[in-house]
Amino acid sequence: MIKTKLDKMLNNIDESLFSFAEYDDSAAEKTGYSNYSYWQSTWQAFLKNRIAAFLLILMLLLVTFTIVQPYLPNQKSPIKIYTDEKTGIQLRNHPPDGEFWFGTNSIGQDLWSRIWSGTRTSLFIGVMVGVVEAFIGIFVGALWGYVRKLDRIITEIYNVFDNIPTTIVLVLLTYILRPSLSTLIFAMCATGWLKMARLIRNQIIIIRDREYNLASRCLGTPTGRIIIRNLLPYLVSIIMLKMALAIPEAIGSEVFLTYIGLGLPLDTPSLGNLINEGRVIMMVPSLRYQLIFPAAVLSVITISFYVMGNVFSDAADPKNHV
Amino acid sequence: MLKYSLKRLGQSVITLFIVITIVFLLMRLMPEEGYFGQGYEKLDPIQRETILKNLGLRDPIYVQLGRFYRDLIRGNLGVSIVYRPRVPVAEILKAKIPYSLYFGLGAITLSLLAGISLGILMARSKGKFWDRIGTGYVVFINAVPAAVYYLFLQLYVTNILKLPILFKENNPVSWILPLVSMSLGSTASYAMWMRRYMVDELNKDYILLARAKGLSNKTIMVRHVFRNAFVPMAQYLPMSILLVIAGSIYIESLYSIPGMGGLLVDAIQRQDNPLVQALVLIYSSLSIAGLFIGDILMAIFDPRIKLENHGGAR
Repeated sequence: MIKTKLDKMLNNIDESLFSFAEYDDSAAEKTGYSNYSYWQSTWQAFLKNRIAAFLLILMLLLVTFTIVQPYLPNQKSPIKIYTDEKTGIQLRNHPPDGEFWFGTNSIGQDLWSRIWSGTRTSLFIGVMVGVVEAFIGIFVGALWGYVRKLDRIITEIYNVFDNIPTTIVLVLLTYILRPSLSTLIFAMCATGWLKMARLIRNQIIIIRDREYNLASRCLGTPTGRIIIRNLLPYLVSIIMLKMALAIPEAIGSEVFLTYIGLGLPLDTPSLGNLINEGRVIMMVPSLRYQLIFPAAVLSVITISFYVMGNVFSDAADPKNHV
Repeated sequence: MLKYSLKRLGQSVITLFIVITIVFLLMRLMPEEGYFGQGYEKLDPIQRETILKNLGLRDPIYVQLGRFYRDLIRGNLGVSIVYRPRVPVAEILKAKIPYSLYFGLGAITLSLLAGISLGILMARSKGKFWDRIGTGYVVFINAVPAAVYYLFLQLYVTNILKLPILFKENNPVSWILPLVSMSLGSTASYAMWMRRYMVDELNKDYILLARAKGLSNKTIMVRHVFRNAFVPMAQYLPMSILLVIAGSIYIESLYSIPGMGGLLVDAIQRQDNPLVQALVLIYSSLSIAGLFIGDILMAIFDPRIKLENHGGAR
């Protein structure tokens, strides 16, 4: 009697009530709690900014496109001079149409492929400068901030070098070293790493003497290991911000140097070269497309990196996390 | 204060020495054809050697450096080779300096006025229309390379406002656009910092007390917020000087203003080494002096700065 009752009850139990509830990270946010990891939080905070998310997608597409563009079908060579098939005359200043999407320049080269080739060059310069600056900056900054004996010496050296105007150093170095891709990158790195080192140094001084570092030191951890394992992971967001901002800065410097006649040789398309070519003929309204197209691509890139860098540094700040 | 000023002056002088020496040594790395100007191909090796010897370029490098400093102190900057052959550089510069000086000072003043006004406007309408417009402007100026927006300003604004495209000395209307362009960069950063300091100040407790006391909004803004926010602005003066110098190189050549910036571009394109060297030295000295003045001003304005720790833990 009791057994059948019990069986009945057991059979009627709704199994689903006893399954584990699905834990939803984003639903937990509503209660003001979250167990995201640091990077997940950063990512979430970054994506909350719609503009930044949009620019991130835009930049991913743009960078992918610039890389694969030469391998797509029907692309023209950026340095080949095109001629009219019937007359054999160079297709100079050919307006944009189905054949030449962005028209041709004053000697008959295809502007569309030149712009993407130039974007490749300029982005390459930007990324290289960002990476090299970061390496030198982190190395010097870490020594400067962590090793107390070096602090005074490096600070005095810094105070002297910080007074030298970067624009002038840039101009002088490129003037002496003959224009080429590597000299441009070298000159920009030579001026840029100082600020990075200073930033890293200031941050390291702030977290150098926290308890966990003292403990680590007492346990006999070598200095190099403390710097790499204990200190640098905290600086990743700052380093990434600086690198993101180095890209628009490098692209801007390249345009400036090209204008004053210290840019890349003409057979290497770069955004600076294209804008300079466009500038020469900008007073003719029908040819202005040769200035506007490269300038538009350049502005989209620099604004995107600038905005993304700043939103990222806000997002990486734990104060802004859920 | 005096001790700090002297220390800071010493630093500037050391920097200047290092810069001059480095510039001198780097310029010696340039190919020797640069010393001959036009007729290089026509000379045979012995003639070339004699000319170089007469110029003192076969002496040991420290002798050359000593002579270079002696000439500098006497104001002798060498002679131009290509730009205006055999004319002393100092003479060429004498005609150019006033233009750069007036435009530079004008742009610095303009950007200070415009930037601080814009910053106040943005702080007062925080989160509203003018703040958004101002932020957009600041982002645009910081993100887009100056070399690009200068071009578009010259291209379209001259067209819309019917301004002359190039600089004309006797036509003051043609001075407006170069001056405005030159000041845009530092206007943006003045506005950004002014807004930030004012918003910081507005969030402090004493403002709450002032409101509780019944002070009017205007009094609070003028007597408390503005005054306190203005003090740290002094430290951005040197940055503004540097920005204007960098901008002037481009602007002067774009609008063909006969100043030093345009001259530098010309000299670089024609590879006139002594002229480039002199201009680089002048620009570096100007920037070093500007940074020095800015630091001293900041120390005068803001008594909270701990002068003793200046070098170590800034």
